[in-house]
Order: sequence, then C-alpha cells, then structure tokens
Amino acid sequence: MLVLICGILLMLAGIWTMLAKKNLIRIIIGFSILDTGTHLLIVAIGYVKNATAPIIDAGVKLAAAPNGDKLVLGKVVDPVPSALVLTAIVIGLAVTALMLAYAVRLHKTRGSVNIDDYEEQKW
Amino acid sequence: MIKQLLTVLAVIGVAWLLWPFLKEFRTPASLNPLATDYIQGSVNDLNMPNVVTAVVVTYRGLDTLGEVTVLFLATAGVGFLIRRRELSGAKKRHATEILKTGATFLAPLIVMFGAYIFIHGHLTPGGGFQGGVVIASAMLLLALAFTDFEFSHRLLSWLESLSGLAYVALGLLGLVLLGVDAFLDPRFLPLGRWLHLFSSGAVPLIYSCIGIKVGSELSVVIDSLRGKGDTEC
Repeated sequence: MLVLICGILLMLAGIWTMLAKKNLIRIIIGFSILDTGTHLLIVAIGYVKNATAPIIDAGVKLAAAPNGDKLVLGKVVDPVPSALVLTAIVIGLAVTALMLAYAVRLHKTRGSVNIDDYEEQKW
Repeated sequence: MIKQLLTVLAVIGVAWLLWPFLKEFRTPASLNPLATDYIQGSVNDLNMPNVVTAVVVTYRGLDTLGEVTVLFLATAGVGFLIRRRELSGAKKRHATEILKTGATFLAPLIVMFGAYIFIHGHLTPGGGFQGGVVIASAMLLLALAFTDFEFSHRLLSWLESLSGLAYVALGLLGLVLLGVDAFLDPRFLPLGRWLHLFSSGAVPLIYSCIGIKVGSELSVVIDSLRGKGDTEC
C-alpha cells in the first residue's frame, strides 16, 4: 500500500516536472520520474500479503499432486506485473536515451535547451 | 499565470483519475487464477523455477519479441540522431592510473557477471535484459577510463543482428518441431532436471540471445552518446 502511494506521488511529481519546467533535460528527468512511479505502481498491484518472490526454490513449499505434478503451496507474488516491469525498465532506459539524443540534436541545431526557443512545441 | 494554473489542473486531474483506484485497492491475500496457472505451468510443464522468466520468455514471448524490437528502434534512433563525427566536445583529460588499472581489472569480471546473470535467468533472479545492462555497464566503465577506447562497430552490429536472428530462429524452431501453435515454445529441447543449468528446454538459449542483443545495443547507445570518432551503422 505504501509503495502504491509512493508510486502515485512520484507519477504526479513527474507530470508536474514535465509540464512546469522549461529546460529539456529537466523535462526528460520528469519523464524518468514518471516512469519510475509507474513501475512502483505496477509492482504494488502484483503484491500478495506475506508473499515472497516468484522463484520456486527451497524457500517455497512444494507438495505432490495426485497425478504426479508438483503443487506450489508457499505464497508467491503475482509474476505477471514483475515481468511487465522487468521489460518496461529496459524500454524506459532506451527511450530516455533516445530523448537525450534528441535534446543533443536540438541543442546542436538551435543552440538552446530551453523549450521556449522552440515555439511550436509548448508555451 | 494561465500556464501554471493549467499545470496544476493537469496534476490534480491525474490525481483525481487515480484516486478511486487508490481508495478501492486492497493488497490481495491470494493469487488470481491466471497467476496460479502460470506458476503451476512454469513448475510442471516447463520445469522452470523462475516464474517471471517463464512469463517473459514463454507465455508472453511474443510481447518480449516486440519489446526487443522497440529497443532496437530506440537504438537506431539514437544512432540516427547523433552522428559522432559532429560531436567533438571539449578536450578530454586522461584518466588516472588508478581508474585505468581498476577498469582493466573489473571490466572482464563485470562482463562475466552479466553473462552469468543471463545464462542463469531461468534459475535465479535476473535474465537477458538485466545481464545485457550489466555488460553495457562494463562498456561504460571502459569508455570512462580510456578516453580513446574504440568500440568495434562491426563486431557490435554483427552480435546484435545474429542474436536477434537466433532469437526468431529459436521461436520458429518451436513452430516447426512442435506444431502450429508453438511459436517460442521452448519445449523442443529436453526439460532436464529441476534446478540444473541445462533445464527448461531452450529458455537459457533464448535468454542468452536476448542478453547479447540488449548488451550490444546498449553498448552502441553508450558509444553514440560519447562523442569523438565517427559511426556508421
């Protein structure tokens, strides 16, 4: 629950940074904060009370089902949000790199990182 | 003034959007049926202890293929936007002896640790994406310590292309060997013994391909953002 609230607060802070700041680099930092907040939110949704990581090793109780299969008895968290966040982190990194490259390119062509100098972008 | 007001309104709007969710949300005490099914399937059908890897590589394998494509596109975009010939930048000072010695000692170890992470992706926390990032961090260390260090672009692009091709080929191999609905199904290789390195079918191979691909792509990104020299991709 605390993680969920932290995630939402980070998302709001990120949106605020993206909208209020004029510097391109700060806008990208705002995007990064928003990204992290979303990750926290998704991870918090997948949490189960008193559960451990979804890796079935000696710490998770196993039992034998009647048909010979293994039955997982120990509590583990939902693996799907973890898998989503795992890839989202790497994609976020790549997208941030792309945005930074774009900022470098803009600075090279117009010599400014202030969004006000690119009138068609934002006011 | 109006701009600030609108910004405040936008933030409040998003908060209002998320508020009902926050109010209703209770941390569940048990898993939903889908997650239970994934966990049982990972343990019994795939013989894989790490359920997250089972979801990423097998159950949602097509999505992962898409994400690898997104990563490739972002890398291509970075390479397209920054031509390193133009990035001359300030004169760089040479690194100290301590940093150089430390980097030469640590870089091979970091690369080896990255390889360990993606090869053991089906057993321990971690996998292709994390291992690839660790390998790219070794490249970053080298780039910081040796200002005139040149990455072999031919090697990186070959590694990237070959591992991407091998990933798709492994997926298609499942389709050929197991039947029409088995794209990216790793069970055409023996499932092996529980908690052994050579288990879970083709998952270690697929995750190694992803690891090498992510590592080489992020190394290209680091190299592009570094300045000096030139790049042909």
